[in-house]
Amino acid sequence: MSSTAPSAPASGEAPKVSKISEAVIRIAGNSQDGIQAIGGFLARLAGRSEQEVMTFMTIPSTISGGPSIFQVRIGSGEVLSAGDEADVLLCFYQHSYEGHINSLRKGGIVLFDADHVTPKPEFEKDYRHVGVKISSLTVEAIGGTAKDKGKNIFSLGLVARMFDLNITKLEKLISERFAGKDESIVKNALAAFHAGYGYSFGSLTDLFQFTESQQQGRTQVVMNGNEALAYGLIAAGVRFGAGYPITPWSDIMEALRRELPKYGGMFIQCEDEIASAAMALGASYAGRVAVTGSSGPGIALKMECLGWGIMAEVPLIVVDIQRGGPSTGMPTNVEQSDLNIACYGSHGDAPRVVLAPSNVEDCFYTAIEAVNIATKYNVPVFILSDQAIATRIEAFPEPDLQKVWQDITPDLSPVQDHKPYDLSAANGYVKRIVPGTKIASGKYPVATGLEHDEMGHPTGSPKLHAQMTAKRRKKLQVLAAEVGTPKIYGPPEGNVLLVGWGSTEGPIREAVDRARGAGDSVSGLNIRHISPLPNGLENIFSGFNHVLVVEMNDEGLYGYGQLAAMLRARFCDPKIRAINKVDGLTYKVKDILDRMKAMLNAKA
Amino acid sequence: MQMSTQTLPSEAAQTPVAVNPTVAERKGLTKKELAADHPTWCPGCGDFSVLALYFKLLEKRKLHQDQFVSISGIGCSSRFPYFVQAHGAHFIHGRALPFATGIALSRPDQHVFAFSGDGDAFSIGGNHFSHTARKNVNMSLVVMDNQVYGLTKKQTSPTSPLGFKSKTDGWGAVDHPINPLKQAISMGATFVARTTSTNPNHVLAMMEQAMDHNGFSFIQCLSECVEFYEGAFDSANPRKGGVFNEVPKEHDVTDEFAAYQLASTPFPGHFGVFYKVNRPTKNEKEAEIIAKHRAKVGEAKDWQILQKTFDRLK
Repeated sequence: MSSTAPSAPASGEAPKVSKISEAVIRIAGNSQDGIQAIGGFLARLAGRSEQEVMTFMTIPSTISGGPSIFQVRIGSGEVLSAGDEADVLLCFYQHSYEGHINSLRKGGIVLFDADHVTPKPEFEKDYRHVGVKISSLTVEAIGGTAKDKGKNIFSLGLVARMFDLNITKLEKLISERFAGKDESIVKNALAAFHAGYGYSFGSLTDLFQFTESQQQGRTQVVMNGNEALAYGLIAAGVRFGAGYPITPWSDIMEALRRELPKYGGMFIQCEDEIASAAMALGASYAGRVAVTGSSGPGIALKMECLGWGIMAEVPLIVVDIQRGGPSTGMPTNVEQSDLNIACYGSHGDAPRVVLAPSNVEDCFYTAIEAVNIATKYNVPVFILSDQAIATRIEAFPEPDLQKVWQDITPDLSPVQDHKPYDLSAANGYVKRIVPGTKIASGKYPVATGLEHDEMGHPTGSPKLHAQMTAKRRKKLQVLAAEVGTPKIYGPPEGNVLLVGWGSTEGPIREAVDRARGAGDSVSGLNIRHISPLPNGLENIFSGFNHVLVVEMNDEGLYGYGQLAAMLRARFCDPKIRAINKVDGLTYKVKDILDRMKAMLNAKA
Repeated sequence: MQMSTQTLPSEAAQTPVAVNPTVAERKGLTKKELAADHPTWCPGCGDFSVLALYFKLLEKRKLHQDQFVSISGIGCSSRFPYFVQAHGAHFIHGRALPFATGIALSRPDQHVFAFSGDGDAFSIGGNHFSHTARKNVNMSLVVMDNQVYGLTKKQTSPTSPLGFKSKTDGWGAVDHPINPLKQAISMGATFVARTTSTNPNHVLAMMEQAMDHNGFSFIQCLSECVEFYEGAFDSANPRKGGVFNEVPKEHDVTDEFAAYQLASTPFPGHFGVFYKVNRPTKNEKEAEIIAKHRAKVGEAKDWQILQKTFDRLK
């Protein structure tokens, strides 16, 4: 919480009001306490107030119960990560208090439910303790016997008071949220909220006020990564999907099942992961590129189908919301350990496209890019997201839907002749035609997983296998030249380049900012195109003494994470080294900087 | 017209084949026009007959290449699409049905025919056989059942009878065989028939009924593997001294229990339609959901529908 100047001097009973540009609030309770709702309201409010926001949450992988947290970082300037340390910890229970006090910065505020939490003397010297009888005051405000209901909204009121949040906007958000439900529910929620807001902190704590946002005048939408991905696919023109439930992918299938019928499309819940990949391929073969997706073990099951799509040159979108692996692993934790399966899974020489969105907004646009690459190059495309992006909420500038909207309905006009696997095609691909298309020559193609001739008929010819293998590879080399070199964050030359992919982009950028602020020569690079890698990376790397690849995966048998190993294989450059971790949590900026310094010192 | 709102690529294609005058007028394709690669099957294989009768069906019913697709999995029988001069796909082992479902649901203008074998449909693809039946996807499945793995040269198949000597059961098969008819009936298939490649007229009659059925139609077609299970179906072939028993005239095809009982008759059993009922298809159910949602969005353009959703996320 970066204070600028106190706006009012502290005098007597009136609490001091400080101007701040950003704040990190961590809410800790149990999974059924509705703490996600508090976080959701705060995030949405930030979106409507033209502020930036990023959230982070953990949920237990059990159906109900278990500790859960929701962290919100709101800022009037750029917000790149969910924040290393919290400024305020709102905790409902003793276990939430003791378990999360370490996430609070020294001097931060613990706002605790005095009905359930007893402060510990060893913490009292380092943190400012503010006890409010949240549970009993909620019951007092809305009556009834439901012991836990409404205390989240009461707490939202407390936070609103503490940070001088826009009450009118919050009231509207609460009313919208419960709209359509019984009127008494809205009334109770507002009563709880007002009771919290009306609570008099007295001299217990300072109060805060956000500075004016630097993002004046932009309209923002607020959503999580899975929503952005689903809506991106719809905007891209996808009208068919198939899947099987698995965390954290399921949100996307639920969203598409719910939304696609509005656009004349459908999403089918299948008997298993293999069927869903097969069904999406069938729909793709017959028309518009279709989507399947999964997480963890489900991705492994789709690999044979993926190989068929590559061999038959039938497009497909495969969404992979990565979680901790291998096997069932850590279903509700983040990890970036599916890069290898996305790039190399399935047998044989099977080149495919892998894209990794770096934040929630990027999920929307990556979905569109993936659809366009799949359609143009007749190839399966992986969208490699992860649990952290999937579940975190961000506010981002509203996309211009009319402009990005696509119609990818296939053209069924008759053609004279068609060779689906034309070896003379300039860039290794032809415009695909689909069933229902009349071919005047009377010669029809077969889509096949067997090695084939130019019409798709099986062949055992060694020459054709070599030519077709090269064709499938070459078209992606054409793509590599087309995607363009990624932009460096910071100066193009210096001592250290921190390389990342996917959701580490935010913390890496913040690490770069912080390091540069301290006078260190550090730049950052996020690679969105994982396969094929864009051309020109070697030119970027040549500007730095150290290239450190930051990933949320293990250092592997040979000391390098999955992207680091690929980059080393690609560039044979010993200055490419790896920073890895597998604790199931996102990177803190401090982690990255500490690890970077340790590596540089070890070398010296 | 907002094309992207349609699941179908064109309005015209939605007109049922039977009432589309432009289609009714045209001639059926000849065997010459429909034949592609020369089949790779062994001389004497029962699958030749199934292919010939598929050509007959397409000719008789005047289906042209812009109206149907032939889909298969892996196995001897699954080489099928290469031999048909039309749009088709040779998919992976066991998964022809979900692949075909993707086509059937997104392209209701197409007749979708899937061809499979006993290993492909009942073993590696057993799960999909059950679920495609229960979902009642509008398509036809012909399983050429030879009771042995032929392409991999004589291993026990899920329909191999007890005691059948294969390379994986030198002492004779010990696992209880699947009864595909009973499985299909119990899983909710709405059209279940049985035929044998040695009776061409019967095969064609079953194919025609399957094609006309609205929903998932399944034909088990006995098709002898002369290489690895010669004589397996002689007792169903009058020319080899067997008997071809049709489903009794009095059998009620809508009676699930009677169909199940009839399917339990020991080999050579009966031939014909065992079960046929009408239940809303997956295609109809999904179309209903779409119609309901489309009615709600009214005249809005597609991008405006998402805009409305985004407006709620502000």
